Amino acid sequence: MDIFLQQLINGLTLGSIYGLIAIGYTMVFGIIGMVNFAHGDVFMLSAFIALIFFLILTTWLGISSIVLALLIVLVLSMILTSLWGWAIERIAYRPLRGSFRLAPLISAIGVSIFLSNFVQVAQGARNKPTAPMVRDVIVLYQSEAGYTVALSYKQIIIMLTTAVLLTIFWYLVQKTSLGRAQRACEQDRKMASLLGIDVDKTISLTFVIGAALASVAGTMYLLYYGVVSFADGFVPGVKAFTAAVLGGIGSLPGAVLGGLIIGLIETFWSAYFSIEYKDVAAFSILAIVLIFMPSGILGRPEVEKV
Amino acid sequence: MSMAEQNIGVKAAREPLLSVRGVKTYYGNIIALKGVDIDVNEGEIVTLIGANGAGKSTLMMTIFGNPRAREGTIRFAGQDITKMPTHEIARLSIAQSPEGRRIFARMTVFENLQMGASINGMAHFNEDLERVCTLFPRLKERLQQRGGTLSGGEQQMLAIARALMSRPKLLLLDEPSLGLAPLIVKQIFDIIKELNKKDGMTVFLVEQNAYHALRLAHRGYVMVTGNITMSGTGKELLENPQVRAAYLEGGHH
Repeated sequence: MDIFLQQLINGLTLGSIYGLIAIGYTMVFGIIGMVNFAHGDVFMLSAFIALIFFLILTTWLGISSIVLALLIVLVLSMILTSLWGWAIERIAYRPLRGSFRLAPLISAIGVSIFLSNFVQVAQGARNKPTAPMVRDVIVLYQSEAGYTVALSYKQIIIMLTTAVLLTIFWYLVQKTSLGRAQRACEQDRKMASLLGIDVDKTISLTFVIGAALASVAGTMYLLYYGVVSFADGFVPGVKAFTAAVLGGIGSLPGAVLGGLIIGLIETFWSAYFSIEYKDVAAFSILAIVLIFMPSGILGRPEVEKV
Repeated sequence: MSMAEQNIGVKAAREPLLSVRGVKTYYGNIIALKGVDIDVNEGEIVTLIGANGAGKSTLMMTIFGNPRAREGTIRFAGQDITKMPTHEIARLSIAQSPEGRRIFARMTVFENLQMGASINGMAHFNEDLERVCTLFPRLKERLQQRGGTLSGGEQQMLAIARALMSRPKLLLLDEPSLGLAPLIVKQIFDIIKELNKKDGMTVFLVEQNAYHALRLAHRGYVMVTGNITMSGTGKELLENPQVRAAYLEGGHH
């Protein structure tokens, strides 16, 4: 029971990070029908941006309040990563719009390779650590066998940040005219342009939002693990993509749900079975779910009246 | 052509609201419009009739620059819009209820109407919402329903209502009667007439339902495989034996 509870907490934390990344995949797929393979590397890049800002703030500027530092890092990292997201779309994807379907996909793989190599050259190939940031834990429960179930402040910060940002973002997409334009472009780009919506601008906006959420995930990843390397874009990227497919690609709540499920499967499998096979477990469940629910858990099978 | 020029002559003092000159549109190498000339004057209802595949809808979309005219010019309210991006053309206050209706199926009726009003930043949203709800009471009952769940006729009403939400200077309607029950067709045509009379809205109407369209319109054009072959007042075209033979015989009259 104690192990179960502990793994539940760990799994939800990890799942939150996957969910944040998965939204970027799902939104871009929804609007232009393309899997943005570079998204995982945008996440990795954002973790580096966060790392650099964090070091500048704490060691050079001497800000001692970790919470304040984290907040500033988060905002700066969101802005910078959004710029990257915007530039990538502008340079690598927009010129290929209207050409054959695979072209932007191949371009995305190119961007992915570029980003990881760029970071490797600029930051070096070794793991980059930070000093442990938030170390306090709340002990929830201690069993007689001596096993403690703990909820760390880090985990609280990660889950809270995810929840708050998702709420803000959900409001943006559901209730504002920007979000409406975004959903309109997702459903029918041609009609959206007939209604005066600048489709290119809306697609840019989608990339910016995706990158901003990935940068939140990047900052949280750094906070959680305290270390990041240039190769860290790939595996979390693939996991988050899996989460998006599992939840139903194109569906925002699906992306978050998928992220949480993948996070939970991974941690539970590691705890009860073998840590080496945690990825196998996650991907097997994806395969099984897709056999029975081809459009994912919250994906919509297209039933529309004509 | 001479008949068209005569008719244009009536209002020659002012430039037409919409003028299409020598427009050629291609899909790849296939030519769809072979040099089309059309004028729509302010305050008029002009109809374009023709058979399936004549290029009527292509002309509607070419006016919006999607597909773009390869040759010729399109002017709206004195401005050359031939090379303008689609969304900027829409912002000049031209609205279209397009072929196939193109309702946002996963948005509510209310949201679809909001989309229609987004050009002028929702300035008169509540007022206009009330107006279209009066025109189409069926929509009022279904405001919170998803667009995709509406019946064909309701979707057509929504497509027109959405186009009206931007208070357009020029309203393009692509086959509003397609697939609808005769009673609803009559309702929709009555509404078009009322919009034109009361609000002075200029309407360019594409129809296969030639009889109703020509009776409603001030002027009409006939399109055959990418060419305008005839033009005149609605009445003239209704009485024209060629038009009767091709588009009206066996139909209602």
